[in-house]
Amino acid sequence: MRGPELDRLIGLLARLPGLGPRSARRVALKLLLDPSGRMLPLAAALSDAAHAVRACANCGNLDSTDPCAICADPDRDVGLVCVVEGVGDLWAIERAGAHRGQYHILGGTLSALAGTGPEDLTIAHLLERVATGAVREVILALGATVDGAATAHYLADRLDASGVAVTRVAQGVPMGGALEVLDDGTLTAALRARRPLPR
Amino acid sequence: MEWESPSVVLAARPWGSGDAVVSLLAQDQGLWRGLVKGGAGRAQASTWQPGNLVAARWTARLSDQLGNLGGELVHHAAAVVMDDPLAIDILASACALAETALVEREPEPELFAGLARLMVELPAGAPVLAGLVRFELALLSRLGFGLDLSACVLSGSNSGLAYVSPRTGRAVTAAAAGDWADRLLVLPRFVLDDGEGDPAGWRDGLRLSGHFLARDLFGQTNRGLPPARERLVRRVEAMLDHPT
Repeated sequence: MRGPELDRLIGLLARLPGLGPRSARRVALKLLLDPSGRMLPLAAALSDAAHAVRACANCGNLDSTDPCAICADPDRDVGLVCVVEGVGDLWAIERAGAHRGQYHILGGTLSALAGTGPEDLTIAHLLERVATGAVREVILALGATVDGAATAHYLADRLDASGVAVTRVAQGVPMGGALEVLDDGTLTAALRARRPLPR
Repeated sequence: MEWESPSVVLAARPWGSGDAVVSLLAQDQGLWRGLVKGGAGRAQASTWQPGNLVAARWTARLSDQLGNLGGELVHHAAAVVMDDPLAIDILASACALAETALVEREPEPELFAGLARLMVELPAGAPVLAGLVRFELALLSRLGFGLDLSACVLSGSNSGLAYVSPRTGRAVTAAAAGDWADRLLVLPRFVLDDGEGDPAGWRDGLRLSGHFLARDLFGQTNRGLPPARERLVRRVEAMLDHPT
């Protein structure tokens, strides 16, 4: 029924996160119905990004410049480094606009089952950045999972000798969250992390 | 096919978008894996953290299928100890050992009881290490590599046991060990009397169980001990070097 080009396109689209064969067929059809308006610009954008975007040698962020726009921004606080698992987490924090320092992409978390050890992450590079003396605080913004917590404690131990302040993001009640619908684990973490109200 | 059983979550691997393949140690079914729909999503991810106790339910059309898992959280061990590096390492080490060493779908009610007790006692701090060593020795025993700590292999005496032969796994008294003591593994007191132990005893206990885990369980398949356990051993040794 379909030519090999179309099958290949649908097969490649179906491998993308959130898409299965059925949604890949819908996307392919949408693109094919408007080649000049949708498909060719998308193909050009994919090609441009594939050739231009690379990992920043300083923080690991993806950008078309190296160092990336965040590391090259003179208004950023170089003494404040936020450690995140991946670029998606960096984007999330940037969307919030709450961090005006730099980042460090760890590349994952320590995981016994996945076989991810310290040497598989960019921990050595983080220690090098801290050793330059420019960093005064490292914020650990890792997931609230057992692997995330184990990685955070491991990093805190490794950074202990450097003398920099090591903090981590809070865990607890989300903005707009009603307590009655929160899961038990989040409520427990929130109660354990309670703090005095400012007066 | 279906069962319901109290279980300890050992691991959860993301599967597709939002689902997870979860490993459990179920009370009556042993190590069991199943697909949790939405298990890696926002609503359920905290339930399926390693160490948590859940009332699990597994269903499948045929017994040899992966099947679907669901469950209710009973005790959130992971959330309670997030800020405690030693407890997190104990949790990760025990779960990784069970997940990688046990045979699938072999009932292990005693190991389940030991692991569940360990997860509930995690907030008690360092003395839980004694429970971890006992769990590891029980794991060795269940898998056919149990130590013989009933009497001295040399003198036959059952008092004054202080060492274990690293070759045979049999106990030796301090008197019988003589000049060979430094070639033997130290047998901490808490292993025999079910006590809490002390930092030196916990280190010795981890060395004792670690030697036989590495040689008999993981060495058989040319695997190293789980990295989480090696981190734990380093942390306990650091406790001895820098007591607070």
